[in-house]
Amino acid sequence: MSSIQYHQDIDGIVTLTIDMPGQSANTMNTVFRADYAATVERLQADCDKITGVIITSAKKTFFAGGDLNSLLAVQPSEKAALFERAQSMKATMRQLERLGKPVVAAINGSALGGGFELCLACHARFALNDPSIALGLPEVGLGLLPGGGGIVRMVRLLGLESAMPYLLEGTTFSPDKAKTLGLVNDTATDAEELMRLAREWIKANPEACQPWDRKGWRLPGATELAPASLPFLRTAPVQLMKKTRGCYPAPMAIFSAAVEGAVVDFDTASTIESRHFVGLATGPVAKNLITTFFFQMNEIKSDKGRPTGVPTKRFSRVGVLGAGMMGAGIAHVNAMRGITTVLKDVTPEQAAKGKSHSEKLLAKRIARGSMTEARRDEVLKAIVPTAEAADLNSCELIIEAVFENRELKARVTAEAEPQLAQGGIFASNTSTLPITGLAQASANPERFIGLHFFSPVDRMPLVEVIKGQKTSPETLANALDYVKQIGKTPIVVNDSRGFFTSRVFGTFTKEGAAMLGEGVPAALIENAALSVGMPVGPLAVMDETSMALSLSVKRQTEADLAAEGKTMAHHPGWDVIKRMAEGLNRPGRAGGGGYYEYPEGEPKHLWSGLAAEFGKPGVDVPLEDLRDRILYIQAIEAIRIMQEGVIECARDANIGSVLGIGFPRWTGGVLQYVNMVGLPAFAQRATELAQRYGERFAPPALLLEMAQRGERFA
Amino acid sequence: MNEAFIFDTLRTPRGKGRPDGRLHEVNPVDLLAGLMQALQKRQSLDTAEVEDALIGCVMPVGEQSGCIAKTAALRAGWDWQVPGVQLDRYCGSGIEAVNIAAAKIRSGWESLIVAGGVESMSRVAMGGTPGPRDTKPEMVFQLKPVPTGVAADLLATLDGHSREDVDAYALRSQQRAARARANGYFAKSLVPVTDTNGITLLDEDELIRADSSMEKLGTLKPSFQAMGEIGGFDVLALMKYPQLERIRHVHTGGNSSGIVDGASLLLLGTEDKGRELGLTPRARIVSVAAVGTEPTLMLAGPAPASRLALKKAGLSIDDIDLIEVNEAFSSVVLRFISEMKVDPEKVNVNGGAIAMGHPLGATGGMLIGTLLDELERRQLRRGLVTACVAGGMGIATIIERV
Repeated sequence: MSSIQYHQDIDGIVTLTIDMPGQSANTMNTVFRADYAATVERLQADCDKITGVIITSAKKTFFAGGDLNSLLAVQPSEKAALFERAQSMKATMRQLERLGKPVVAAINGSALGGGFELCLACHARFALNDPSIALGLPEVGLGLLPGGGGIVRMVRLLGLESAMPYLLEGTTFSPDKAKTLGLVNDTATDAEELMRLAREWIKANPEACQPWDRKGWRLPGATELAPASLPFLRTAPVQLMKKTRGCYPAPMAIFSAAVEGAVVDFDTASTIESRHFVGLATGPVAKNLITTFFFQMNEIKSDKGRPTGVPTKRFSRVGVLGAGMMGAGIAHVNAMRGITTVLKDVTPEQAAKGKSHSEKLLAKRIARGSMTEARRDEVLKAIVPTAEAADLNSCELIIEAVFENRELKARVTAEAEPQLAQGGIFASNTSTLPITGLAQASANPERFIGLHFFSPVDRMPLVEVIKGQKTSPETLANALDYVKQIGKTPIVVNDSRGFFTSRVFGTFTKEGAAMLGEGVPAALIENAALSVGMPVGPLAVMDETSMALSLSVKRQTEADLAAEGKTMAHHPGWDVIKRMAEGLNRPGRAGGGGYYEYPEGEPKHLWSGLAAEFGKPGVDVPLEDLRDRILYIQAIEAIRIMQEGVIECARDANIGSVLGIGFPRWTGGVLQYVNMVGLPAFAQRATELAQRYGERFAPPALLLEMAQRGERFA
Repeated sequence: MNEAFIFDTLRTPRGKGRPDGRLHEVNPVDLLAGLMQALQKRQSLDTAEVEDALIGCVMPVGEQSGCIAKTAALRAGWDWQVPGVQLDRYCGSGIEAVNIAAAKIRSGWESLIVAGGVESMSRVAMGGTPGPRDTKPEMVFQLKPVPTGVAADLLATLDGHSREDVDAYALRSQQRAARARANGYFAKSLVPVTDTNGITLLDEDELIRADSSMEKLGTLKPSFQAMGEIGGFDVLALMKYPQLERIRHVHTGGNSSGIVDGASLLLLGTEDKGRELGLTPRARIVSVAAVGTEPTLMLAGPAPASRLALKKAGLSIDDIDLIEVNEAFSSVVLRFISEMKVDPEKVNVNGGAIAMGHPLGATGGMLIGTLLDELERRQLRRGLVTACVAGGMGIATIIERV
């Protein structure tokens, strides 16, 4: 029993201290499962000699949860074995729960997933009252479900209706909140009190048994006829479908297991939960989510893409040029993290207007009660609006966020750069213009980099970090440190027109326009996009981002390419965009309307003229093709980008596509989606789509080569 | 006129109808939908061709409510053009579903139908909701209904069947069912129940006690004595049968049908439709019958129903090669055998509900499948299925291999 220390005191209380060797945190792996089962067998054998059991941890955290490496590896052919494994772990937990002696969890650190399930299988729970301790069942976020009895016990403790948010959304909570919920009996100020509470409870409850094992127990919230109120049972699944469009199997499985489990006895409910768990763990969506949002995200968090050997830099003073929406947003996130930010615009009024953006955001927080006025004042004090370049002095980083115009950018760069502190770096927030070109305006192009933020900056978690040809490794390391300091997630890309996110996103919107041009009804286009999990339809997006603007960017690109003696491939979407923006004078929302109409005080609706303008009788593009086109065109662009060397690893493409441009999370991102489909199958389908809808779908050489070699995007 | 042919027969294994039964975790819709999917798969069936789904279900409340036939068809992913109906003739529901299907097909109005039944007795308990016949005082006073178990004891008392007689029959059921299970006689119709992962939950009947014996059966306490004697139902029965001194309570859990979960499904249709879809007719429905009988005794319906079916077919009981009499209680089968003067070796040759359980609405379809499989195995021609039905009814169906 190397991972669980067994110690019995003179009162007969056995303390089990979980301390897995060679790991910084306790996890539910083979070693633990075996030790736990053996420990419970020992308790069973010693049952007459013990008065109770306390489970606690020797680590900083109580228990981290499931072993994701093994869950990622498990294959559909191993379903039966996984089912048996889950059932056997649960049998052990059940055995302990029915030992006939009080079992108490002394939660002295975070207990998540399987760790919290261990606690739920105890008769009482006490936790350290430390707000940094997180408790809960976050499995759903990785496409899994709490398969260690978490659903069954949460439902039986709280009732279906009250338990569902913690299961479906995976919301974690502090010990204090857990006490309010009735999930822990009490909290303790320190470890000593924690153990004392556990002991006292054992002494006071010598014949402890779970509520659901008591005669006459009834499920909280159940009615005579049903496990919860009928309005809840009827509407909550519908609300879930509305939210997920059926793209996410985990919340659906959780809901099913919870409700099915609520109408049968505990052990049957537990078996039902295991069956759903096995389906999820061996299915593709969990693999996608675990790959991207656990492993790849951890790589980013642990600085995998950061050049080594460069000392970590902390930023205390940052300059932002341009107090428009982006500049003001960047200043806001800086200030929230305590970074003094000089916000410069052409006039003091414009600069002040940028600061007022923060005032509005903070006022909302105060109204919600999530911020104090003192804290607000502190944040606002960190933003220094100005019209004077001299005020940028000694900034460690200056980010320009002015209009997408090369001359303008060159001018502000030249003006501001001399103010940088010694060793400071300069960044452009451009979303499309190549960084190498912009860096020509810099006296130190090796200290020039792209930091592409997304709008609204305070809510969008991604920053696309673009290396120019001359950007030095130190500059990249510094930029990544900054992104981390402001709590955002960076992806690293090499320089290219549109970089990664804008290029991929452009294929999505243009594909929508192309579909309209083919005569596909607008509503069908929008709904096809929503049905695969895109947050917004392509036509709605184009209205928001302005077609006039995309046209001008496109023309600039054409001109640039022409100067290099190149031409731009024709894309049918442009014909539609041009007709909308210029022929019909419907350039988008800001221009008074686009694909949609925006009646004052009413919800927007599709423009009634679309059918007459673009509709074609007899057009019948299968929905399956529309759905695939939306995902494939973006994935194919990502492969091309990788082929060009702009993206070097799949994690940047995956994380960037989901966090930056709303590529559906269930896919695990653009390249993980290709992995999921399988490279050969993806190439074959792409070829079919190319035959039907245009060469832009033709599988890139990189895809074909990797498929040939049996490789995956990593 | 079109003949009604049976193309396929399917059933789930019967799982113990208790929380620790293997099918308790499967809700009744899924039990039935699983068979629908299995039928679709094994016949490569274009489900849009199915014109109706007739499903017997005796407790259509709670998880079995809301026209379970249609819900299950949708759940199975069948074409939404298939309609469905839930029907209830108590324990005759499954046979009735097949009989109505045959009538619809013979009328020429429909040419392909599925019929069967479903009952998850562990989820929706028998008698779990009050029925008017048993709970409205005026009807109780008028009709003098007794629980089926007391009626079974009444039947045994009237026929002079002792505890030993009914136990002996029960033992025979166990032994025959155990032998049939061991020899794979049920395999043709039996569809294992699996979960969505494809992991098997149950692949054979769970209840059979191969090690049963007269000694073991003899130790069981009468199940209906208390309700008969203390509950007063014996008096009600004796008001109808004054020739008796008292009711002898001979039925126990061991010689009555078991409480189980399960579903059954048959595919029936015309010869033409079968040819069109490449379905092979296995048997035709020769005749069907349903009758009413004295309601307090309630369970004496199999013989009169069978006589009526035989008469319609122009056959005598000697023309029948094998018979399935639903083993609601031992006394029901013993009454049938003596009243029809039939060779006991033709009756319930592979055991019945005493050994395997009686999932109310599903039983009829299961019996027809078991009968047809056995006729084929023994290369025999005609079979009769019959059941007693609560409320004082009987039902029967005669099939003939083709």
